[in-house]
Amino acid sequence: MDLNFLREASMLIGLVVFLGIVWWAYGPSRRARFEADARLVLDEPESSVVHKGERP
Amino acid sequence: MQTDNAYNDRVVRQFALMTVVWGLVGMLVGVLIAAQLIWPELTFNIPWLSYGRLRPLHTNAVIFAFGGSALFATSYYVVQRTCHTRLFAGRLAEFTFWGWQLIIVLAAVTLPMGFTSGKEYAELEWPIDLLIAVVWVSYAIVFFGTVFKRRVAHIYVANWFFGAFILTVAVLHIVNSAAIPVSLTKSYSVYAGAQDAMVQWWYGHNAVGFFLTAGFLGMMYYFIPKQAERPVYSYRLSVVHFWALIFTYMWAGPHHLHFTALPDWAQSIGMVFSLILLAPSWGGMINGIMTLAGAWHKLRTDPILKFLIVSLSFYGMSTFEGPMMSIKTVNALSHYTDWTVGHVHSGALGWVGLVSMGSIYFLVPRLFGQKQMWSVPLINVHFWVATLGIVLYIAAMWIAGVMQGLMWRAISETDGTLTYSFVESVKATYPYYVVRLLGGVLYLGGMLLMAYNVMRTVMAGQPAQSLIPAPAHA
Repeated sequence: MDLNFLREASMLIGLVVFLGIVWWAYGPSRRARFEADARLVLDEPESSVVHKGERP
Repeated sequence: MQTDNAYNDRVVRQFALMTVVWGLVGMLVGVLIAAQLIWPELTFNIPWLSYGRLRPLHTNAVIFAFGGSALFATSYYVVQRTCHTRLFAGRLAEFTFWGWQLIIVLAAVTLPMGFTSGKEYAELEWPIDLLIAVVWVSYAIVFFGTVFKRRVAHIYVANWFFGAFILTVAVLHIVNSAAIPVSLTKSYSVYAGAQDAMVQWWYGHNAVGFFLTAGFLGMMYYFIPKQAERPVYSYRLSVVHFWALIFTYMWAGPHHLHFTALPDWAQSIGMVFSLILLAPSWGGMINGIMTLAGAWHKLRTDPILKFLIVSLSFYGMSTFEGPMMSIKTVNALSHYTDWTVGHVHSGALGWVGLVSMGSIYFLVPRLFGQKQMWSVPLINVHFWVATLGIVLYIAAMWIAGVMQGLMWRAISETDGTLTYSFVESVKATYPYYVVRLLGGVLYLGGMLLMAYNVMRTVMAGQPAQSLIPAPAHA
């Protein structure tokens, strides 16, 4: 197969995959799950810090 | 004793403190070489302290020692918190700390001695390169091992950026450092001519894209929401931001080789992809800054947020400037001038430096069982001193760079000879070098304030343990 065909094909496949990712990210059915994912960092309790020497 | 229901913060503490130490060292060397450009005989012509040897020491120290330690510290902290699990392979994590410190010390010894492979940002000779590869693979095992044993279904976006940074830097380093050793201290690249140049700038630009961007975007996506106590502006945009960056950055390297022996089509591809890069860069910047939407007042009272948000403003500035400079006709003016130096430092001091400092200010009190830093007003002073330093630095270099470019291309209309000799452009640059030194001194001064503040915070506290949340809500 011609190497240039592979070059062109890989670029087009890359573009299609990227557009697929955009579609996936902005699909309305996934809106709620991404909002929940964004809260992941905030749900972690700060109060879990206990003051203790590292080694006995 | 370290318990299994607590996070491994020992290695985070080690890297966080060394970030401050190496920041001071790297910036001090930067100030020294800036002074050498004003007073060339400042170091009495001692070969080990000559500009040509100290300059790579400065870049390696600030990028890999300061920036690298900040990335290790934050990625180890963030991956544990967002995966609700203790760091995988604790011993290996400890090895990455000592291994990385050894590499830095070896660099600080060999570069002033003049041992170099001559590749920018990859100057270290082959034995050190091998050690870097071993430490980096260990880093990947620790990081991805932690991601694999996570107790949370979703992999938070910050980890995607950290993961991409670790994976890509491994590939870049191993490919670009491939060399044939001829002695313990000398090797030759396996590539030749234009290919060697292309591999080098494929490495060089992606070191900017993945070491100095993707990793620090990982910091942004964790520490800005944490400090602002709000979720990121658009999580869906962060998904697109990540993949857009991954798909485009790899192809931008040739813009470092405009008007060289590199084939013209390759230069054009580099320019086009650099222009496309503006979109994901600004998408990410907007996502970070807009996280504060509806809570802008926090910026007035919280100096850590100032560091984090203003770093993004500099990120936006330099990622606008970069694509502009990649346009061939602009590059014809800017290349080889101090404009490039100004551009790099608006990214390095403004983006990488400020976001790292903000993240370390966030981490240190938490790692040492304190509510906040020893002095919060001092963080504010640091912020303003550093920002003033950056503005002086980059403004001086912009003016100097454009002036140099114009002087070098000026041609007499009567006989077609060059209007200025090179040394005339050096003379004209002199005052701007003084302003640049002043900017650098201010930036280093801010770092000294940080070191003092961190020292007092550490002295007031003691190493704290933080418990992993119970599995119930995972």
